[in-house]
Amino acid sequence: MNELVFFINKVIISGAVIGSIYAMGAIGVTLIYSILRFSHFAHADFMTLGAFMTFVLTTMFPHAGPAIGLPTAFVMMPVAMVICSAVAVGVDKTFYKPLRMHNVKPIVLVMASIGVTLMLQGLIRLFAGTGSRNLYIDDSKEIFRLSLPFDLSSRQITITEPQLLLFLVVIVAVVSLHLFLTRTRLGKAMRAMSDNPDLARVSGINTNAVVAITWVIAACLTTAAGTLLSLDVALKPDLSFLILLPIFSATIVGGVGHPYGAVAGGFVVGFTETLAVFNWGVLFRPLNEHLPEWAQLPTKLAFVPTEYKITIPFFILVAILIWRPTGLFKGKVL
Amino acid sequence: MKDHSLKREVLLFSGLLLLVLLIMSVMGSAYGIRMLVEAACYSLIALGLTMQWGYAGLFNAGILGFIAVGGFMSMLFSYPVNEDFWHSDMPAQLGMVVLKAAVGIAIIYALAKSARWGMPKRLQTPLLVIVSAIVYLMLVNILDPVTRTIESEAGFIGGFGFPVWTGWTGWIVGGALAGTIAYFIGHICLGLRSDYLAIATLGIAEIIKAFLKNADWLTRGILTVSPLPWPVPEPVDVGFVLARALYLSVIVCLIVVTYFLLQRALHSPWGRMMRAIRDNEISSLAMGKDVNKRRLQVFVLGSVLMGIGGAALTTFNGIFDPSGFIPLNHTFLIWVMVILGGAGNNRGAIFGAVFVYIIWTMSEPVALVIFDLVRDLGEKWFSWQAPADLDSRALQARVFVIGLIITMVLRYAPKGLIPEKIAQHS
Repeated sequence: MNELVFFINKVIISGAVIGSIYAMGAIGVTLIYSILRFSHFAHADFMTLGAFMTFVLTTMFPHAGPAIGLPTAFVMMPVAMVICSAVAVGVDKTFYKPLRMHNVKPIVLVMASIGVTLMLQGLIRLFAGTGSRNLYIDDSKEIFRLSLPFDLSSRQITITEPQLLLFLVVIVAVVSLHLFLTRTRLGKAMRAMSDNPDLARVSGINTNAVVAITWVIAACLTTAAGTLLSLDVALKPDLSFLILLPIFSATIVGGVGHPYGAVAGGFVVGFTETLAVFNWGVLFRPLNEHLPEWAQLPTKLAFVPTEYKITIPFFILVAILIWRPTGLFKGKVL
Repeated sequence: MKDHSLKREVLLFSGLLLLVLLIMSVMGSAYGIRMLVEAACYSLIALGLTMQWGYAGLFNAGILGFIAVGGFMSMLFSYPVNEDFWHSDMPAQLGMVVLKAAVGIAIIYALAKSARWGMPKRLQTPLLVIVSAIVYLMLVNILDPVTRTIESEAGFIGGFGFPVWTGWTGWIVGGALAGTIAYFIGHICLGLRSDYLAIATLGIAEIIKAFLKNADWLTRGILTVSPLPWPVPEPVDVGFVLARALYLSVIVCLIVVTYFLLQRALHSPWGRMMRAIRDNEISSLAMGKDVNKRRLQVFVLGSVLMGIGGAALTTFNGIFDPSGFIPLNHTFLIWVMVILGGAGNNRGAIFGAVFVYIIWTMSEPVALVIFDLVRDLGEKWFSWQAPADLDSRALQARVFVIGLIITMVLRYAPKGLIPEKIAQHS
């Protein structure tokens, strides 16, 4: 049964973790696309920015966490969310809004967002350097080990505290986003604007408020994703383009402009990545003991070597563009 | 109006000449010529980008990948032959892998076309997926031991060792390979909105880089390959200034030829059609133009130029280092060159490339000086302890400046310094 535990640790838990991160990024990208009609390339850097903000706050108030028994960074996350939302709205006002007012082509906005990416990267590296950091400053990471109830396995299922928090945050975020979009006035205005911006404007919807709330939602989600990812692994300033491709691929898999699709797409991309990198040879090991010499199954059998992980979201993207450009949930075609 | 723009161009180009002369006199001619050669290689790449973005409005965010492909091919063709590899049975083993791969691809291709011979559609797709997965896994399993033997016994496969004067054949092949890759990406993405092309090119650039970095048997990976032979006499034979000047003349010849071909193309019916497609896709469709095919064409041609430019740049640097290709230097710097110089205008692209490259090389010492100043003042006034890696952070600050230039140019001077000339036919 050790093999099964190994599979759960390496595929189910890791896939769910990375899938949640991609899902939170993809919701933001898809919302920005449906309201502002451009692909936001600076999204991954908002993630780094959010994590970095949390890091700064954590170093400022290192004792806030232990007081209530949670990691300090997690306690500081809501504050970082507020700061990042302000930054996102500010970036929109200074860099994207003037271009929108000039009625430029959407691709020019994409290019401007690349400019913003580079600026954020420059600033983060200027202040934080290029090394990786640990978000746990005073406290240490808790790791829960679950033994299976039966005696067949000696290994344990391991899950860390940030991973549990991540699952919790994702569930809360998706449910509250759903309630926001379907129950509140502003959420309905958002959906109206995503369907037809001109009609929404003449119906008296405050489009500026809708744009602002879109940025706030996107910034909150990226901050949460960035912080929890860095809590689980480490805070690295060079996340940028490596995480951007999976996020876009998740957005397109789910159907652009489709928030629930983005969640599904995030998990599809996350699980595909872990399944492709997983060494299937491990699962054959117990079989090999019963097989004759000539029919031995290979002990090392991964679809993609770990160093080529970046190719997986790309091939998912290409496959979906060829077979179903609208995505799984029939979103818009760009 | 016409005189005005001509005067502006003359002014800008003479200013550029003065700047070059100033740098030559201050930093010495060997340094100045090196900078000019690199700027010329960048001009070639910028011409490729101005074709894609300026003529056709295609957003290529993965220039890095095409540059790396060009650099790799030029290394493969010109680097001396590795006797350890060719005098063993490893080439034969590698040949067997290639042969098996060809058989595997033929089977998959036949299966993909099997609907014509009466294979039911419901059966075909699952069968295709399963067979592709099996073929792929088998190929990986037979390639793996071969590459490991090559890495342990011969290092890497080495180059083809083409003689000095024919070293540029690698450049052409590099351009052709870049064009082939562009064809496949364009084929998938160009029918959709341009955002998809940006995402896909960004992805393919990272993949090409990951491959070149990790395929040690082919490229020596992070160990890097150097020195790469030049297609002109080398500095050790004729001295730095003369060798670099000869190299510069080769690149300038390439630029002149490319420039005249592009000017002809831009002012021909083909060029007008490209601009029509860029400015109003629907009306060009209504005129019966095959928009996607023309876009694919210009995307491939632009990428070929990028491949050749990348090959020239890598050969000049004399070292093939896959981790040295970074998005900032090899993608976004070129974007700044093209949009600052003026997209859709070949002279604008060349001006932008040379001008921005000079600023870029000069900004390195300037950034270091500024940060030294900040460190001194900080220590004196606030007794601030500067971090140890301040110098590397100073260079990171240039990332911010590039980003700022992109957004500012898009907002305040979207047409660039030398705007595209729009002919009015009344």
